[in-house]
Amino acid sequence: MDLNLTPEEKAFQDEVRTFLRANIPPETKRKVDLGLKLVKDDYVVWQRILHEQGWIAPSWPKEYGGPGWSPVQRYLYEEELAAASSPRLITFGLKMLGPVLIEFGTPEQKAHYLPRILASEDWWCQGFSEPGAGSDLASLTTRAVRDGDHYVVNGQKTWTTLAQYADWIFCLVRTSTEGKKQQGISFLLIDMKTPGVTVRPIKTLDGGQEINDVFLENVRVPAENLVGKENDGWTIAKFLLGHERFGIAGVARSKKQMERVREIASKELKRGRPLIEDARFRERMAEVEIELTALEMTELRLLSEEAAGRKPGPEASILKLKGTQVQQGVTELLLEAVGNRAHVFDPGILEDEWPGAANDGPPVPEHAATVASHYFNWRKASIYGGSNEIQRSIIAKAILGF
Amino acid sequence: MNFTFSDEQILIRDMAERYFRDDYSLDIRRDHQAKPGGFCRDTWAQFAEMGWLALGIPEDLGGIGGGAVEMAILLEAMGGGLAVEPYLSTVVLGGSLIREGAGNDVKADFLPHLAGGDLLIAVAYSEAQSRYDLNDVTARARADGGGFIIDGTKTVALHAGTADKIIVTARTAGDDRDEDGITLFLIDADAPGVAVAEYPTVDGMRAGDVVLQGVRVDAAAVLGETGKGFPLIEAAVDRAASLVTAEAAGVMEALTRGTVDYLKERKQFGRPLGDFQALQHRVTEMYMETELTRSLAYMAAVRQDGGDRAAARRAASQAKAKAGQAGRLIGQEAIQLHGGMGVTDEMAVSHYFKRLTLIDHTFGDGAHHLERLADMT
Repeated sequence: MDLNLTPEEKAFQDEVRTFLRANIPPETKRKVDLGLKLVKDDYVVWQRILHEQGWIAPSWPKEYGGPGWSPVQRYLYEEELAAASSPRLITFGLKMLGPVLIEFGTPEQKAHYLPRILASEDWWCQGFSEPGAGSDLASLTTRAVRDGDHYVVNGQKTWTTLAQYADWIFCLVRTSTEGKKQQGISFLLIDMKTPGVTVRPIKTLDGGQEINDVFLENVRVPAENLVGKENDGWTIAKFLLGHERFGIAGVARSKKQMERVREIASKELKRGRPLIEDARFRERMAEVEIELTALEMTELRLLSEEAAGRKPGPEASILKLKGTQVQQGVTELLLEAVGNRAHVFDPGILEDEWPGAANDGPPVPEHAATVASHYFNWRKASIYGGSNEIQRSIIAKAILGF
Repeated sequence: MNFTFSDEQILIRDMAERYFRDDYSLDIRRDHQAKPGGFCRDTWAQFAEMGWLALGIPEDLGGIGGGAVEMAILLEAMGGGLAVEPYLSTVVLGGSLIREGAGNDVKADFLPHLAGGDLLIAVAYSEAQSRYDLNDVTARARADGGGFIIDGTKTVALHAGTADKIIVTARTAGDDRDEDGITLFLIDADAPGVAVAEYPTVDGMRAGDVVLQGVRVDAAAVLGETGKGFPLIEAAVDRAASLVTAEAAGVMEALTRGTVDYLKERKQFGRPLGDFQALQHRVTEMYMETELTRSLAYMAAVRQDGGDRAAARRAASQAKAKAGQAGRLIGQEAIQLHGGMGVTDEMAVSHYFKRLTLIDHTFGDGAHHLERLADMT
């Protein structure tokens, strides 16, 4: 048990840190630091820089284009990405579909899709949830009916993150109504340009537009786009949701956000002194930092087990659950820190550029502009990816044996 | 960087878990509590035989080496077994103060006996007005010839009544709450002028107030340097706070496991209570808080031996504050989920709950450590 980095790990950290800080586009960094809206190009340009370096998919096996890093190296890399103000890498291809294809895909599917994911040539989105299938995902009703060498798909997907940018969507579809509801589900790759695919934005409570409804009307999908066997999609879905415990807690990003809390609290005043000098506020910060450190150490414990060869288990649910609680705790601190500036809504923050030409000078200091919207937006974290209530039930069942 | 146990550490863990599972039932604990001094001397001798008292002591002084992580592993098991023996006072606090503060002669005199189980030590640093502030010392030691004469009253010193030696903080200079001017003295428990009023603690152990009236010691009784005792006692209490968090994690695990078992077995409305999701989710929270506390306990243990005082201080306070917050939640929930059985003396759950509650009041409570962390920000 040793919390110090070995000389090799330290050298790796230095290398990664130097590269990331030198190469992140300044405008992208500014947007991330201020919590401003990122557009497709911000992601794609940055991901391609990381791809050229060979660092875009740290969790992939080396033979498929991963860098072959140890769990500790991957942990350090995540930390440096966040510290360098990197945008969240778009996970749908890199952390969801990629590992699925590596595990379940045909040689042709791997050869075609994996390099395109690495190079950010295809933007993937995730077609799991439906209006009638949220936490009870297996009750999904989007139908795929075999017609010669095609499937004909009808139904509706919802909460589809950044579908407006997507070239492709991976979907869970119902191919059978026989037996248990989990048994008739298949995993299908659908080109968003196929006739019959319609994307309709859903405006969220912060005014933003990152989630969508995706309507599928008589969409003809080549049968070769089926991943795994027909009616085996539930197994794949469970693999996808459970396999990637790395970074699921968002520790590195929460650490970075705590720096932001510190910065804002240094700028905001209370009784004529910086808020950061207020003992009560500092205790609130200390409380969140305790949880964050506890989470980080728990993640490290699990990573060490993984490094020692143990398969990821249901403990990932702890990371998701506590991770999102910590993230939301940080958004509460940020909101508290800006005080009554939280009232001020600048519609300009929803635009691609801020402050934009239409802005006659923003009505709030830039450090406070997005804090309230971020707080509202981040309520999603304990709902997506298996709500925290679902995670509790997983722990109760898989770990505690209820 | 890694978070895995060595083979030796796994050995310590397995041996300790087995011992407390097989040889230390609640009835045995009750029996130990009723003995003079509130613990079992034979059991203490067994601890010595198993090498537990030799942890942290160099091999040439009768020890087996090892450090805070090994002690954390052991204390976690002791938490699960609700051990009442004076491990924290003698080995953790006493051992580390002698190791860090004593001259070579004193170390050679005392540490082999400590490891062998025939030397008990209490550390008396708190006073009636001090709460958890280690610098709040009014006991006085004035120079007299080559030595000192000590007067003052120290409170709630764990296992003071059975100690052979007592380490006390007393002021040799400065004002009541100055960090400078505090000196640590190693005194004989039966020296003239030393009186210990022993009492049972709420969680089934023993502690005592130590009254010092004109206690005469020579210069060799000073641990560390005269007037420079604060950093020593602070480091020792940080170590103890980290390790008692490991004990707390052991208690938490026992409470969580016990609650899970109880919910699976107890039937109401024609089915096990564990079928109710409202209850499952609450015990899930207990499980997660246990794991988080355990993680911080190990981090804090690692940091105590890491050579970086600021990191050690911070880690100790983070761990101990977590032990307080999570301990309250887990203890209260365990009682609640056991229903009426939870408030009986018969069930182990109530004894675990009391220990966990009193751990929060040992080496600084949650509020104290949170305040300390805020000051470090």
